[in-house]
Amino acid sequence: MRIDRRELMKLLGLGGVVLGSGLPGFSLAASKGKPPEDFMFLQLSDSHWGFSGPPNPQADRTLKEAVQAVNASKEKPDFIVFTGDLTHTTDDDALRRRRMGEFKAIVSELRVPKLHFLPGEHDASLDKGQAYQENFGALHQSFVHKGVHFIALDNVSDPRGAVGDTQIDWLKAELGKLDRDAPIVVLAHRPLFDLAPQWDWATADGAKVLSVLEPYRHLTVFYGHIHQENHRTTGNIAHHSAKSLIFPLPAPLSVPKKAPVAWDAEHPGKGLGYREVEVKDEGRALALEEYDVHGARV
Amino acid sequence: MRAVVLGAALVLLLGAGAQEPAPPRVVTMTARKFEYSPAEIHVKRGEHVVLELTSLDRKHGFKLPELGIRSDVPPGGTARVELTPANAGRFPFACDVFCGDGHEDMTGTLVVDP
Repeated sequence: MRIDRRELMKLLGLGGVVLGSGLPGFSLAASKGKPPEDFMFLQLSDSHWGFSGPPNPQADRTLKEAVQAVNASKEKPDFIVFTGDLTHTTDDDALRRRRMGEFKAIVSELRVPKLHFLPGEHDASLDKGQAYQENFGALHQSFVHKGVHFIALDNVSDPRGAVGDTQIDWLKAELGKLDRDAPIVVLAHRPLFDLAPQWDWATADGAKVLSVLEPYRHLTVFYGHIHQENHRTTGNIAHHSAKSLIFPLPAPLSVPKKAPVAWDAEHPGKGLGYREVEVKDEGRALALEEYDVHGARV
Repeated sequence: MRAVVLGAALVLLLGAGAQEPAPPRVVTMTARKFEYSPAEIHVKRGEHVVLELTSLDRKHGFKLPELGIRSDVPPGGTARVELTPANAGRFPFACDVFCGDGHEDMTGTLVVDP
């Protein structure tokens, strides 16, 4: 019988740090005698700043309400990731940049140490990410936070919704530096697996990306795009989509034609919200909590 | 001379008997922001069909996942999509090249009649 490290600690009644470096998953921080640190981050997604229409008659308020809710919370995240569609698309390049500027001004009110942004197709597909890069920086990136490796992929600046071979090679190089037991969080806008290709809820070369991710044993994906919570597993990878901050969409393939869920005047903001992710056990245990735009747990 | 004419007729008859496959039925379609026309296409199960798609404005895509089909639809060009559906049913297709505010509405259905 094989006992993994967490089971072994549980059996021994130990929690945390001191078990041996020969066990899988033993981190560099632990080996240096530095206690692993739990932390929390938030995922906000699909604010579509600039949208107007019946699916959200309060579209000019929803993002601001979410910012107020985050600021009012006692629990302070280490950082926030925005998983794309920060702005609503437009054919007008000047208007796109104006929307991005307004979005940045609103989220600059967040009292959080760090914000990380990813593009969605509404931000980046029509101009291959030009305006996005001017306003938010690189289309894909990686960073390390308290021993956890975050990799933010761009599966939108190619209007076909592909990651592309160049970025996949970069991904292989990033992952190649890591142990197969390293804690890894991958961020993307579109689902990396075929959730509902009929509704364009997929990544054109997602299978190729997943084959690169698959060998890593503690890897979780957070994404947006589908305007609702969805939790799936492919191989040993968990994929979690977030609610939007503009309008909800129906469950995958649950109706003949994809269209926003109608605004509920009696429950404004119903189906909208954001996510808290608690990272524990040296990044190998993630606990998810969902909040509405007013900061109430749902 | 008479023998030559008879021989030619025989060759023609033999040629007809070899039953060359019938050419596929061609269905012409247009793609533009943010619709296909027609948006619903009817074919028979087992029918050999070619969809000829022409874009009227910009680059679009044509993706019919359940039949494993996708194609770019370039502006000023015609994409040919060949299919012989084995099963009856309704199969949605969609544009998979993001084309603007309304891209999500650019969908249609292939109806395969039994």
